[in-house]
Amino acid sequence: MTLWKEYLHPQSVQQAVEALAFSPAPAIPIAGGTDLMLDLQQGHHPPVHTLVDLTGIPELQALEIRNERLFIGAGVPHHRIVESSLVRQHAASLVESCGLIGGPQVRNAATLGGNVAHALPAADGTIGLLALNAEAEIASLAGRRLLPLHELFAGPGKSTLAHDEIIVGFYIPLRKPGQGSAFCRVMRAQGIALPILNLAVWLERQDEIIRAARIAVGPAGPTPFRALQTSAYLTGKPFCEETILGAQQALLAEAQFRTSPARATAEYRRKLVVVLLKTALLSAWHRASEQ
Amino acid sequence: MKKTHLTLTVNGQTYTLPTLPGETLADLLRKRLRLTGTKIGCNEAECGACTVIMEGEPVLSCSTPAERADGKTIVTIEGLAQQGALHPLQEAFVKHGAVQCGFCIPGQIMTAYGLLSRNLNPTSAEIRHALKDTICRCAGYPTIEQAILAAAKAIRTGQPVEEPEIPASVRGGRFIGQIHVRPDGIEKVTGKAIYTDDLYFENMLYAAVKRAGVPHAFVRHIDVSKARQMPGVAAVLTAAEVPGQNIHGLVTLDWPVMVGVGERVRYVGDAIAIVAAETQEIAKAALDLIEVEFDPQPVICTAIQARQEGVPQLHPKGNLLKHIKVRKGDPQIGFGEADVVLEHTFHTPPHDHLFIEPECSIAVPEGERMLIYVGSQIPYQDRSQVARALGWEESRVRVIGQLMGGGFGGKEDIAGQIHAALLANATGRPVKLLFDRHESLLVHPKRHATQITVKIGAKQDGTLTAIQTELYGDTGAYASLGEKVLTRATTHSAGPYLVPHVHADCYAMYTNNPPAGAFRGFGVLQSAFAIESAMDMLAERLGLDPIELRRKNALRPNTETSTGQVLRESVGLVECIDRVTEAMCQVSRLPRQALFQARPVAGAEHLVRAWGFAVGFKNTGLGGGADDCAGAEVELYENGSFEVRSSSAELGQGLVTVMRLVVAEELCLPPEQVKVLVMDTDLTPNGGPTTASRQTYVTGNASRLAARTLREAIIATLAERYDQAPETIRFENGQVHVNGHVLTMQQVYQEMKAAGKEPRVLYDYHAPATAPLGMPGDMHVAFSFAAQAAEVEVNTLTGEVRVLRVIAANDVGHAINPLGLRGQIEGGVVMGVGHALLENFITENGYVVTDRMARYRVPSIVHTPEIIPIVVEDPVSTGPYGAKGVGEIVLIPTPPAITNAIYHAVGVRFDRLPVDQEQLLWEITKRQA
Repeated sequence: MTLWKEYLHPQSVQQAVEALAFSPAPAIPIAGGTDLMLDLQQGHHPPVHTLVDLTGIPELQALEIRNERLFIGAGVPHHRIVESSLVRQHAASLVESCGLIGGPQVRNAATLGGNVAHALPAADGTIGLLALNAEAEIASLAGRRLLPLHELFAGPGKSTLAHDEIIVGFYIPLRKPGQGSAFCRVMRAQGIALPILNLAVWLERQDEIIRAARIAVGPAGPTPFRALQTSAYLTGKPFCEETILGAQQALLAEAQFRTSPARATAEYRRKLVVVLLKTALLSAWHRASEQ
Repeated sequence: MKKTHLTLTVNGQTYTLPTLPGETLADLLRKRLRLTGTKIGCNEAECGACTVIMEGEPVLSCSTPAERADGKTIVTIEGLAQQGALHPLQEAFVKHGAVQCGFCIPGQIMTAYGLLSRNLNPTSAEIRHALKDTICRCAGYPTIEQAILAAAKAIRTGQPVEEPEIPASVRGGRFIGQIHVRPDGIEKVTGKAIYTDDLYFENMLYAAVKRAGVPHAFVRHIDVSKARQMPGVAAVLTAAEVPGQNIHGLVTLDWPVMVGVGERVRYVGDAIAIVAAETQEIAKAALDLIEVEFDPQPVICTAIQARQEGVPQLHPKGNLLKHIKVRKGDPQIGFGEADVVLEHTFHTPPHDHLFIEPECSIAVPEGERMLIYVGSQIPYQDRSQVARALGWEESRVRVIGQLMGGGFGGKEDIAGQIHAALLANATGRPVKLLFDRHESLLVHPKRHATQITVKIGAKQDGTLTAIQTELYGDTGAYASLGEKVLTRATTHSAGPYLVPHVHADCYAMYTNNPPAGAFRGFGVLQSAFAIESAMDMLAERLGLDPIELRRKNALRPNTETSTGQVLRESVGLVECIDRVTEAMCQVSRLPRQALFQARPVAGAEHLVRAWGFAVGFKNTGLGGGADDCAGAEVELYENGSFEVRSSSAELGQGLVTVMRLVVAEELCLPPEQVKVLVMDTDLTPNGGPTTASRQTYVTGNASRLAARTLREAIIATLAERYDQAPETIRFENGQVHVNGHVLTMQQVYQEMKAAGKEPRVLYDYHAPATAPLGMPGDMHVAFSFAAQAAEVEVNTLTGEVRVLRVIAANDVGHAINPLGLRGQIEGGVVMGVGHALLENFITENGYVVTDRMARYRVPSIVHTPEIIPIVVEDPVSTGPYGAKGVGEIVLIPTPPAITNAIYHAVGVRFDRLPVDQEQLLWEITKRQA
C-alpha cells in the first residue's frame, strides 16, 4: 500500500551494496529520486520493499580531479555540476545539458548517476556525458570495476547494472588545448517534458583540421546513441561548410530515428538533427579555439 | 542504516519523529506538523507548489522522501516572516498584486527565496530561469517577476518595498479605481490561508471513487463485498445506496451520481462506487477490490460522429443536446451582394483548466445537518445538488466555501461534494474526498472541442455583407453548461462586427469524451479563433490592412449585434483597436504599413518575426432572459467595522477586493475597515454562479446598493436624532459629520441601536431584464471589448515559436480594482498563449491520453511574453460606477493574434489549435521548395 516499506541510509559504498544484496527484496537504490518517486507514485515502477538512499555516501558526492581525470560522484546533484568551475573547464557539454534539466528544485535533487542509471535514450545529462568519453566506476560486493559509459545501457530505461550494483561516479578525460564540447536540444511546447532530440559534440582541432570528434544523439535507438561513423567521417577533415554538410549526411545515414506519438515523427527528428549537429559543431569548435 | 526516528529542523524548531514507510517530505510537513502552507498541486514534480528550502536550496517536497530530511534544516512559507514582520518577498508579492488565487504562491515565494539567497541582484532572465518550473495558472508571471525584483532591491538597499507602477483608473474614485491590495493577500503569502485540503477534522475518514475506466459500456455487475471487508474500510456505496435522487447537473439533470447495474457508463470518469476508509491509502487500495463487469459499447469520440445516423444514442433524448440558431437577415442576399466570399473550417481542442488546487470536498455531519467544505464557484447550487442526492430539504445542507486555488469555470460542476456527503451520511463521520491531479484531469468538465466553419462575404472596400457559421461542439458525456457555452460560441461567432445578414447554427453534441462545461471564455474563445482567423484571410484576399478591415466593420454605439441587440453605449472596440495600433508602432518603432511584414532577425536570419492582430467581445452576465441576480449584505458592527457578505465566489480573480472597495467608496471608509465574507450558504446571501464575467457587475452592484441603502438608513437616523436636514450629513474618512459633531462608526452603531434600527442591509440586486436568443430585445446587459497584437518569432529551422510581446487593450467600463485587473490581463494573455502554442487535452477513442500534468503542458514564466496592458474605460450606465466584466475578454483575442502573426511571419495559416511546431516546419519547408 505504501510506496516502500523500509528506507536505508548507508554511509559508505560497501554498506550500500550490502544493503542492496541482503535487504528484503525488491531493494533498489534511490539517489535524487526525481524520476523514481514519480514512477513509484504513478505505478510505473513495481512496488519496492527497500529503498537504499545513496545521497548520504560521501564518496558519491566527490567532484574533483583524480589521477589526471575529472571525477564526478554519481550522487552529485545537477546544480553542483552546473556551477562547478572544474566541470565548466573540462566538460562544457555536461554543464549545458545538466543546466537544461528541470527547474532549480529538480536540479538540486536530481543526480548525474540517477540520470545515467535510468538509461533513457534521450536523457540530457547522459547525452552530454556520452560525448566526453566518460567511464563509469561500478561497485558491487565483488569490488569495483570501470566501464565505458555506453556499456551501461541495455535498452530504454534498462541499464546493465546488476540489482546489487551501484554507480560510484564518472571519470572524464581532462580537456587539453584545442578541445571543446557542446550540447543542444529541441523541446516540444506541447506534451511530455522530454526532449524531441538532443545532441552533444566533443572535438579536438589542430589548426583548421578536426583531429578527433565524438557525437552522441538521443533518442536515436533504444539506448543513448554514439554516432561513430559520423565521428570517423569528421576525423582529419578541415572545419568548413562542406565538412559539416558531409557530417550531417553521415549522421542521417547511421542514426535510426523513430516516431514517438504526440512528440515527434522520425522525419522531424531527421530534420532537427541536421540543425543541432551544425549548432553544436560550431559551438564546440569555437570552444576548442579558447584557451 | 535503518532509522526508527528522524530529526529535522523546520522553521527553527527541531522535531524528532518516528519514521513512516512511504512518507514524502510534503506529507510529513502537511499531515504530521500541520504546516499546510506547503501545497500539493500535482504530486508529480511538475508544478512546484510544494517547494520548500532544504539546506538552503529549493526542493520539491512532494517527491522528496521524508527520511532524506533527517538531520536537515527546512524552511517553509510559514518560516519566512520574522516576529510578525513579512519577508520583503512576501511584502512585494502582496503589494504588487502577484497574489491571486494564492495556491501556488508558497512555491513561487520559496523558489524566489532560494534564488535571492544566492543572488540578491537577479536579472529578469535569472528570475525566469529560476522560476521555470513553478507554475502559476492565474499566470501573473510578469507581476511575480516585478515583485521579486522589488523584493531584491528592498533587501539590497534596506529600503521599503517599492510600490508597483500600475496606473489608477482614469475615471477616478476615492477608493475604487485606486491601487489597493487584496484583503486575503497577507494570509496567502504567509501560508496561513486555508484551502479545503488544509482542513482536518477529528475522526475524519478519507474517500476514494471507483471510476469506470471505460468510455462507453453498460454495467453488468458490481461486487463490493471484498472492499467492504477490508480492514479500515468504513463504507462502500453504489448507486443502489443513494438515498435521494441519483442525478446531478447544472442546467440539465443528466449526470448520475453513480452508475448502477444495468445503467450506461458514458465516460471514463463515471463513478461506479465510493469508499470511505481510515486512511487515503486504504481507501485507494479498496478500490482495487471492487469488481465491475462491463458490457462495452461502441465509442462516440467526436461531435460530428455523434450526429451521424445509426450511431448509439447516449441519452434518452438522443445525442443532440441542442441545436442553437442565430437568425439575422438573409445571408443569401448578403453573399449575393459580396465581391468576395470566403469559407474556411477551424478546429479547437478541449482544454483543461488545470487550476493548481485539485478538487477537494469535506462533508461533516452535524446533528440533522450536513456541512460541506469546498472551494466551489456556485455554493448555493452545490447545496441543492447535495440535498437532492441525500433526499433532504436544502436547508439541512450548509456549504461553507473555502479559498479556491483557481477555478476558471472548472469548479462550477459537482466534483466530490455529493460523494463526500453520501459517505458522511452513511458513516456519521467527517469524510474528505481529495482528487489527485490524475483524477482531476480525468473527471471534471473541459473546454468544448469545436469544429467551426465560417463563410464570410464582403465588398471590395471591406464592408461585410453576410456571415454564416456552422459549429459543432463536443459537450462530452454530460451537458454540464454545454448548452449555455455553445450558445455563447454561436452568438459571438460573427465577431464584434456589424453584419447585416448573419445565420449561425450550432450542434451541441453528446459524446463519450469527458464532459465539457464552463471555461473562461465560455465558447467565445473558440468562435473568436475562427472568425478572427477568417478576418485576416479576408483582409489578404481583399488586399486590405487587417486592422482597417476590422475597424471599418467594428461594432460602435447604435449598431446592432448578430442577435439583434442595439448597443446604446459602452462600445469601446474602436478605441481598443486604435490604442493597440498606436502602441504596436511605438514599441516596435515600425511604420504602420510595415507591422505585418515578416522581419528576419539580423545575424540570425532563420528567426523571423512579425505582428498579428485580433479583436474580441464577450458578454457580461448571464443574459438570454435569465434573472441575473445577486444578493449582498452590509453590516456595521459594534466595534465600528463593516462586513460585506455574499455567497459569490472568490477564486483568485479579486471579487473580494471589488466588494471591499465598493463598500468603502459608498461609506467613505478606509477599505481596511471593511471585512469581506463570501461563499457560506448559512451566512451569506445567494450571489449566483461565479461565471460569465458577472460578479463585478452583479455582486458589485448588490454590494454598492446595500452599502448605499445602509448609508441612507444611517443618515435618516442621524437626521432625526440631531434634527438636521439629511443632505447636511456627511460621511468622511470612516466618520460621520452631523452639524459640527463628528461621530465614529462605533457611535453610529450605538445611535442606530438606540433608534431601534438594525445597522444591516440586505440588497437583492437584479440586473436589467434580457431577452432569450431569438426574441426581440437585449440579449445581454453589457459587452466587454478587446483588441490584441502579438509579436511572434518563428524558428524556420525547427518550427519553434516564441511569443515576444502582446499588447492587450480591454474595454472594462471602469477599472474598479486596477491591481486585480492587471493580474487578470496578464493571466488571460498567458492562458491565451498556452491555448495557442501548448495546451491540448488529448483523448483517444474516449480514453484520456493527457492524464498527468506532465502530459498536459500549461505556460510557465518562460513562455510569458512581454505584456503591455492598455485599459480602456467606456462605462456602462447600469454597471457599478460603469464597470463591466473582465475575467474572460482578456484571453479571447490572444490565440488568433498569435496564429495571425505566425501567418505574417512565415505564410503558414493554422486553422487548428494548438500550433504544432513540427507541422509548422513542414509547411515552411514546402513554401521554401
